[in-house]
Parts: sequence; C-alpha cells; structure tokens
Amino acid sequence: MAAQAETITVATVNNNDMIIMQGLTKEFEKAHPDITLDWVVLEENVLRQRMTTDIATQGGQFDVMTIGTYEVPIWGERGWLEPLENLPEEYQVDDLIKPVRDGLSHGDTLYALPFYAESSMMYYRKDLFEQAGIEVPEQPTWEQVRGWAEQLNDPDNDMAGICLRGKPGWGENMAFLSTLVNTYGGRWFDMDWNPEINSEAWKEAISFYVDLMQNYGPPGATSNGFNENLALFSRGNCAIWVDATSAAGRLYDANASEVAEQLGFAPAPVAETPKGSHWLWSWSLAIPASSEHKEAAQTFITWATSQDYVKLVGETKGWTSVPPGTRESTYENPAYQEAAPFASFVLDAIRNADPNDSTLEPNPYVGVQFVAIPEFQAIGTQVGQMIAAALAGDMPVEQALDQVQGATERNMKRAGYIE
Amino acid sequence: MIKTRASGRTVGGLRTLSLQAPAVTLLFLWMIVPLAMTLWFSLQRYNLLMPGMGGFAGLENYEFLLTDPALWSAMGTTLLLVGWVLAITVVGGTLLAVLFQQEFMGRGIARVLAISPFFVMPTVSALVWKNMMMHPSNGVLAWLSESLGLPVIDWFSSLPLTSVIIIVAWQWLPFALLILLTAMQSLDDDQVEAARMDGAGPLAIFFYITLPHLKRAISVVIMIEMIFLMTIFAEIFVTTSGGPGLATTNLAYLIYIRALLDFDVGTASAGGVIAIILANIVAIFLVRMVAKNLEN
Repeated sequence: MAAQAETITVATVNNNDMIIMQGLTKEFEKAHPDITLDWVVLEENVLRQRMTTDIATQGGQFDVMTIGTYEVPIWGERGWLEPLENLPEEYQVDDLIKPVRDGLSHGDTLYALPFYAESSMMYYRKDLFEQAGIEVPEQPTWEQVRGWAEQLNDPDNDMAGICLRGKPGWGENMAFLSTLVNTYGGRWFDMDWNPEINSEAWKEAISFYVDLMQNYGPPGATSNGFNENLALFSRGNCAIWVDATSAAGRLYDANASEVAEQLGFAPAPVAETPKGSHWLWSWSLAIPASSEHKEAAQTFITWATSQDYVKLVGETKGWTSVPPGTRESTYENPAYQEAAPFASFVLDAIRNADPNDSTLEPNPYVGVQFVAIPEFQAIGTQVGQMIAAALAGDMPVEQALDQVQGATERNMKRAGYIE
Repeated sequence: MIKTRASGRTVGGLRTLSLQAPAVTLLFLWMIVPLAMTLWFSLQRYNLLMPGMGGFAGLENYEFLLTDPALWSAMGTTLLLVGWVLAITVVGGTLLAVLFQQEFMGRGIARVLAISPFFVMPTVSALVWKNMMMHPSNGVLAWLSESLGLPVIDWFSSLPLTSVIIIVAWQWLPFALLILLTAMQSLDDDQVEAARMDGAGPLAIFFYITLPHLKRAISVVIMIEMIFLMTIFAEIFVTTSGGPGLATTNLAYLIYIRALLDFDVGTASAGGVIAIILANIVAIFLVRMVAKNLEN
C-alpha cells in the first residue's frame, strides 16, 4: 500500500470524448490507488500553444500531453517525446488500426497512443433529401453537392443548404480545405518544396468553396469551426455538412441532437481525384521526455487507450460514446456495430486515408490535411486567415491566394527549404 | 547648479538623491531588463520549434518583418483603431459629461449606469458583444434590424474593424466621461450665469466657456487612452482573431501571432521593438500637444 500517491498532470483538449475520460478519473484511481490524476483541460488552440511552449522549452509541467498526428512525428524526431517501446502484452498494440498507428510513429518507433481517430465524411438530412427526391450515390461528387445545396437552401426558415468550416486556423478551415484542394488535384508544395498555393487547382477549389458558402452557407460562416457547425447541424439548421467522422456519435445520439432520426451518411465528396479527399487525424496521448513520472504516465495512457477503456465507456456511457477509430476490436464488437450504423463508413475512411500519398501529383511531405513540418502551423493559419477574408467578401480569391503564396515563399526561404 | 530653498535645504542635492536611489534603481531595472532582453532576442535567430537553428541573426528579423506586408497593414489598423476610439470617446464623453451635469430625476443612478461598462473585463464585454449583441442569428442587433425590416448585418465578417471599434469605444467612453464629469464640476457657476445674463445661448456657453474649461481634462484623457489603446488585444482575440484576413490585426495582435502561433521569438521581439519606437513617436507628439495646452 503506497503511503503517498504519485500525482501526474494530464493536459487535454475540451472535446466531448476527453471530457468523458476526465469523468472516469475515479475508475482509474480505484484501479491504481498509487496514482492521482491532475487535469488541465483547455480549448484546442490554447492547448497547442501551451504544449508547444512547454515541450520546446523543456518546461516539464505535464506528464501526459494530448497531441495530434501533426505534432507526434515532429516531436518524436526531436527527442521531445518518450518512445513507447515496452508496452505490456495485454495492451495488444497490433489491435491499433494501421494508418493511425503509422501516423503516430517516427521511423518504426511509436511515440504516442491514439485516444480517438477520425477521418472526414458527409452528413445529410435524409428527410429533406427524400422530400426533394434526391438519391445519394455510393460516392458523391462536389458538383452534385453543389446542386443539392442549391435545392435545399432555405434561409427564410434558417436552413442552410450546406455548412462547412470557415473559422481560420490550420486545424480548422484549412483541415477541410486541404482535402478539397487535394481532390481538385492540388497540393501544398511541389517536390522541391516550392509552394503551389496559387496554382490552378487551388484557385478552382477555393473559388468553388467561396461561391458555395456565399450562396448556400449559413450566415457568419467565417466564425464557424467544427463545434459551431456541430451545433448548427444538430439543431437542424443545415441540410449537408462535410466534417469529422468523430461527430457521428454525437449526431446519432438522440439526447444531444434533434436530427438523430433523419441522419444520413456518405463518404466525403470528390472532384478530380479520390486521393486525399478525406483526412486522417488522431488525438493521442504522449509522454514528454521532460516528465518525472514516466512510469505512472505510461500506466495512465495505456489504460485510457485500451480495449478495457472502450468497454468501460460503452457500458457506462452508451456505445455511441466510445472513442472511435483506434482499434480493430471496437469495430468487431457486435454491441458497437448495432449502436453505431455509421461504424463501417468511419472504418473505411480511416483505412483508406494515406498520409504518405495524399495528392494527385507527388509531394515531399507526410500528412493529408496538413504538412508535417514545424513551419506549417504558421503557414496554414496565415492561408486560413486570407481564405476567411475571401469568404467574407473582403477580397477576391485570386488576390488572397497570390498574397499567401508570397508569404509562404518568404517563410520557406527563411526556414531554408528553398533558395 | 544647485538651487537653494528658503529653508536652506538643497533640492536635488546629494542627500535627497541618496534617499531616492533605491526606488529609482528598482524602477530603472524594472524597465531596462525586459527592454534589454527584447532587444537581445530581436537580434537572435530564435524559434521554439527549431532547437538547432539558434545563433546571431543581426538585423535579419527586422528585415523579415519590415518587408512583410502584414506589418504595414497592422500599423494602419493600430492607428485607425486608436484614432476612431479616441474621437468617439472624447466627443461622446464631453457631450455625456454636459448631459450628466444637468439636474434631473435619478441622476445618481444614471451616472453609475453610464460608468459601469468600464468595470467589465475586456474579455467578458467582448464575449457579450460577440454572442449577445452582434451575432447574426441570435443577437440583439440582428433582431432590431429584422424587426425594422432591414437586412441583417454579419458584423464580424462584413464590418470587422468597425465592430472592434464599437466594442472598445463602449468600454472607454465611461473613462472619458468620468474624467470630464469631474472637470465639469469645477466649472464656475457664476461665470455661466454671467454669460447667460449677457444673452449667450446654450451653444455659445458650451463652445466659449465649457469646452475651454475642459481642455486640460481632454488632453489628459487623450494621453491616457492612447497608451492603453495602442495595446488593445483581448477584444480582438475573443471576437475576430485578427481576421478576416488581416482586417483586425493590430501591432499587439501581430506580435502575438508571431510569438505564440508561429513560435518565432526573434521576429516577435523585433516587432516589440518596432512597437516601442512607434509608441514613443506618438507619445512625443502627444506630450508636446498636451504641454502646449497646459501652458495656455
């Protein structure tokens, strides 16, 4: 019996699944009486700043960090994260879905364990589509989506034809827009790291988006991110929404969503190419190298990402609330299959996302909806800001893209990628 | 040259200096250490995400910043924001001060209500404005224009800087009012009475008696507000995040972006140095203006 419990500080993001994890603290402490959990729960952008500052300055404030597919390979390479090599037998590493596991590795070493993983897909209102006599094909295209949005747009009754992310940020509007650019045949950089943000494919994709949103989007689209759109769609203000697969559980839960009964699913729409048309992201738990409680931290992260944890959430909170996208066993579970009719869509989308081959033309980077280089946060957010300006009607798309192309060239020169 | 007072004690002599030394030294260190560190960092290649890339950069950070179109747009935004808010608060504050100087029922309560916005935290008032006043679907302003049959304005995407100016002006108007109202109370009633006997109308009284009397107070309001308005941050952070595009990115916000979103300490420090220079230029002009006013 340990006289004094070790306290570990866990930093996480205020998404639904993590709030559930925090709510199960007692269960963990009951099973591990020698460890106490101290939570720091923050909004995504703030969390990112705090994590990055702490890890880069070796601050050592945190024992467990919640970070994403973008940070893990970069930080792992820098030696900022503890490699996870000796995981216990019962953890069953091989049960983790492969693209997700690959995304959290650098070389062959795993640096973080996936808490939940997501791709993107299309949600729509079955009832409205039926009324309008629309059949959704196996694989919708963006041109079709445009037609449907036009047909179903009804601003007088607070019904937007389509809701898409408009809030600027590399993880907000650019996550979605990168997949749109990919499917239109564009890419962030060519093989020599020259930015291609004002290429024809980019202009076509962004013009399409701006036009679509200005005509059939909700009002105030430039301030809508994932959470705002989730609220809009579940209150019944959108006919179509293309966003993270992790929203499916919430939308399908009748307690949280008014449209649970009328929810339709489809793969994310495509344009020129299916490559990179849906993203791959996972929120994962990692141990910074500066932590002084590495063993206790590893005990916690293996608990929170285990099969037993999935079972615990399923039995206490309901099966639609289990963290999706991380383990094959979750999808083989009959209880989950029955509760979540969208499960197969999500699994397919995640399995078919390839961060190493996400664009029509070859590219030098890893990542579907981001570029796994340290400079990308700054670049992505800058581009996101300018596209938001184009969406708000402050400047033409062409001018916005030319401006960020220039800014990105400057950034890449400064970082030494191009002469 | 040591002046001698009537009492025979020296002013600015050794004795008083030695007594002031600890306080002055402390204040000096308080200022010089952060300033020196900022200057030092601004000459370094220092990005948190590139641990191997350190070293002396010379003026590279400054060059990178001064050739960045974002910097000039941020300077313009800063000046627009400061200028408009000053204009609104000084003009509005003067008119309100005259109004609240009149005798009327419930004047005490009205004064308290008019001054209260100053005591609301910037982040809170920005949130209230964003979600309850200016929200395009469930804000008070949207409801107002709908009930008047006008089109609904999506404030933060179509009029971003105007929205921020409105919010900041709403916060600082009470401050101007407070100072000017206090100044109004020292206005000599006999003078006003005499003017009225000579047949001066309310407008003439305002322009020839009240306004000259308020001149000093107005200078003080301009000076103090200027210092605070140069560094407006919370209202922008909460409402528009500097966007759309760079429409509401002022210097303070640009430095924040470089330091905490790009993790580029070198460039952010260079931005800080430029902001200090800009603030000093503005302050020199202001101090001159105010000093002239005080002399007259």
